[in-house]
Order: sequence, then structure tokens, then C-alpha cells
Amino acid sequence: MSLKGKAYIMGAWEHPTRDAPDKTTAQLHFESARSALADAGLAFDDVDGYFCAGDAPGFGGMSMVDYMGLRNVRHLDSTETGGSSYILHVGHAVQAIAAGKCQVALITLAGRPRQGQGGRPGGGARPGQLSDGAPEAGFENIYGGSTHNTYGMCAMRHMHDYGTTSEQLAWIKVAASHHAQWNEHAFLKDVVTVEDVVNSRMISDPLHLLDCCVVTDGGGALVVTSPEVARSLNRPRIKVIGSGEAPKGPSGGHGLDLTYSGAVWSGPRAFAEAGVTPADIKYASIYDSFTITVLMQIEDLGFCAKGQGGRFVADGNLISGVGKLPFNTDGGGLCNNHPTNRGGITKVIEAVRQLRGEAHPRVQVANCDLALAHGTGGSLGTRHGAATVILERE
Amino acid sequence: MSEAEAKPAGRVIPAPAVTVESQPFWDAAAEGRFLIKRCTACGKAHWYPRAFCPFCASDDTVWEESPGEGEIYTFSIMRRSPTGPYVIGYVTLDEGPAVLTNFVDCDPDSLRIGQRVKVRFQPTEGGPPAPVFRPA
Repeated sequence: MSLKGKAYIMGAWEHPTRDAPDKTTAQLHFESARSALADAGLAFDDVDGYFCAGDAPGFGGMSMVDYMGLRNVRHLDSTETGGSSYILHVGHAVQAIAAGKCQVALITLAGRPRQGQGGRPGGGARPGQLSDGAPEAGFENIYGGSTHNTYGMCAMRHMHDYGTTSEQLAWIKVAASHHAQWNEHAFLKDVVTVEDVVNSRMISDPLHLLDCCVVTDGGGALVVTSPEVARSLNRPRIKVIGSGEAPKGPSGGHGLDLTYSGAVWSGPRAFAEAGVTPADIKYASIYDSFTITVLMQIEDLGFCAKGQGGRFVADGNLISGVGKLPFNTDGGGLCNNHPTNRGGITKVIEAVRQLRGEAHPRVQVANCDLALAHGTGGSLGTRHGAATVILERE
Repeated sequence: MSEAEAKPAGRVIPAPAVTVESQPFWDAAAEGRFLIKRCTACGKAHWYPRAFCPFCASDDTVWEESPGEGEIYTFSIMRRSPTGPYVIGYVTLDEGPAVLTNFVDCDPDSLRIGQRVKVRFQPTEGGPPAPVFRPA
């Protein structure tokens, strides 16, 4: 059974805060949910499906449903794949709606890493630290692994195998900064150059400070509805026409290859369901925890051949109005926002803005009728979950 | 802590979480022996050690002492550390599996992918010693 077009994203909202000392994480979930529902023209009582991940405080879905006053929930999903969870949730919401389990699915994310709150579940909640309590903990968490150095390991091997350079990676940050200058809420609004990136201090070889995303408080929410509900609303209908997900890990240590991500599986699944190819995509939200994350995923999704990502992203090819693949026109996680160290929901939100024609005029892609949002959660260098959605303006 | 007991400068490895599945590994580590798990059903060695084989789901796994030799698959030098730079990376053991570890006893900037390394055990903070690798 094809799920193509079985549901629509009708509400999308990004919390404008980037520093929230005076609010709880639960409160940011609520505020995001309320505004996303208002964006769709819906109310809390219309919600019958609720989706959240590890950033939801307390007993996950149970605590949040009660806290937010959701009275009509008949479908719960708290699948956790780190930062990509919310992209994966869009796919799960389509499945639930197509199966008749709900009609209005609410997805929320929020957290406050700048206040020492939020971060990863299961202990070890310091931002950027791998969590403990997992079966691999004794053999991995003791070595000082963080997002920086585990992604650094991927970049180091990608450079070794394919000749990728720091200057090529820097172009990804440069493109994001060109977009962020137009976003009044962006955490970093200054346009940077390749030289700025490669001359910024080394954090974990070969990743420099400006190869890394921002750390921000914040949140966001999405509303996915059935076609019937979508047609009753006075908003542009953003149809979910394809979704795919895939986990990837060290697999018992055999055939370890850190130069590709789970996008090699989630991408083709989503493209096959949608019946489109990478060449058809007008705008792409690509998870950008680090510059290397973007480069690997662009290759893995098929926007260019494996190993050619460095050449593909160079010379402004990701800048809206300049290059062939406008990406992360809100400034992405690299410049705009990476709420509670999870950038998945903002990837979908900016794709929805582009498809509605509501992106900033300076970065709006002309005739943007087909977009992709893709994310990687967890760590590219150890184990992660990849999720892809393909969206079409109806 | 007396001067004599002071740990060497650099990052101190925290005590590893020891479980019923991994206890024999850490007991051997305390004796300076490096164990890996091998499946007697399919013959493959795996890492990290489990009670079952992640390749064929057999329970027939045995501990095997390894010389702990292999080559660097990749690494990254973490510069943002209060105790000075340290190196995390994967070593591909000669038996096949890739192992996440720290590379030690070297100038981090001299490390290269493909370089031969060998295991040694490093004291941890109140736990059994942990396997780390140094240039062979």
C-alpha cells in the first residue's frame, strides 16, 4: 500500500526564543504546540494523535498529553532517534492517519540546553555528551566521545577516502550564513567567508568552531492532518508524498564505514514512495549539526555521487538564488537554531515555509513546489537514525 | 591524593559501566589481557562483546584472548578539553572488528589513518583498566 499523499502538514511553527532562562521545557512544548495549531487553524481539542521524542520531560507522551490538556488523543508515538525524531514522526503520522488511527497529529520538540536543561535522555545530559545506560556504554562512553569528535572522525575518514577539504566543508557554513542574514531570529546573522571558517579555532580535527552548529534553547511544532481535515482548513496544503527511515550503527564492528549515513537507505525509500528523483527537488532541508553532516547526507541522498560532495557544495552551490540546490534557507542549525541539540523539526518547518512561499523573500525559492527534509539523529560516528520526508505543495 | 598517587596529566578515563554481559572482559582487563568475543557457530569475531552473536543470533559465543593489534581506521583530536587534547578513534583489529578507543602515548598530530597500533590498559577512575591503543 502506498502512503503517498495520505496526509498533509497543515501547521508549522518555530519558537522564536534562543535563550529561555524563564520558561520550563514543558512550557516551550506547549507554546510551540499552541502556535502550530493556530497556524493550521486548529485547536487542542482537534488533536487526536501526539508525537514526541526524548526531549519531552517526565513520562514522555503521557506527561505531555496531560500537561498540555490534550483530551482527545487516541494515538501516541514517542519514537526516539535523536535530532531526526521529528522528521521520522512526520512519516509515522502519515502511517497512523492512513490507518485511521488519528486525523490530527501534533508533533512537538523543545529544550533548554543553554540553561543546563534538556539534551539527551537516559543520563549523561550534558550537551554534546553521549548518554549512558546503553549496552555499549562501558565500551564506548569512557573514551570522551562527544558530537564534535565522533563527527570529526567521519570527516577525517571522508577526507582520507575522497580528498574532501576543509575549504569545501566551509562552503556549507558560508551558504548557511548567507541565508541567516535575512532571518531576524537567527542566533548568528553575520555572513562568513571560507577563510573565516578554516581560520576559526580547531575544536576536534578536522572540524573548526565554524563547522559546528549553534547551541540554542527553543522549540517547534508541526501539525499533520488527514486529507479531509486539510481540505477544511484555510492554509496551503503541504502533502507528504514520501517518507523513509533507517538506523545505522557499527554493526558488531565489521565493515565499519563512517563515510556514509543511513540516508543511503531512508532517501531511496522516500524517493521511491514519492515517485520523484533528487533532480526534481527544488529546495532541501539537510540536517546540519556539522558541515560534514550536510556533505555526507547530500551524497547519500543522491544529489551527487559518493565522494563528490566536496565539489558539489563548493562555490555557493547551496545558496538560494545562486546555486543548484538551495538548502537550509532559515540559516539552519549552523547559524539559525538547533533547539535542544535537535535540528529535525526546524528542517521540516523551513521546508513548509518554502512550499507555502512564506520563506524570507531574499531566500524564497521560485516556484517551490517540491521539497525534501532529511535528518540524522544520534551520532554519525557511532549509531544514528536517519529520516527523510518529501513534501509537495498541492 | 598524595604526590606519589597523582595520576599522569591528561584526561582521566571514567570507570566503565560493568554489566553481567561484560564482567569477564573487565576481569581479564584487570589482569592485562584483552578479550574479544567470537561466535563458534558462524566463526565471526564481534565488538563490543555481547552474550550472543550480532551476526547470526547464536548464543554460542566464546571469549578469546587477542594480541590487540590492528590499524587506525579514523580518529579525531579533541582540542576543547580542560585536561589537554585527547584522541578518540577506531582501530580495526587484525581479527576484523572495529573498536572505539583512545589513541595514547603519541604526538596526536603525528597520527595517520592506516597506522599500526597495539593495545595497552589504562587505569580508570575507580574501575577496571580500559583498553587504549598506542603506536606499534
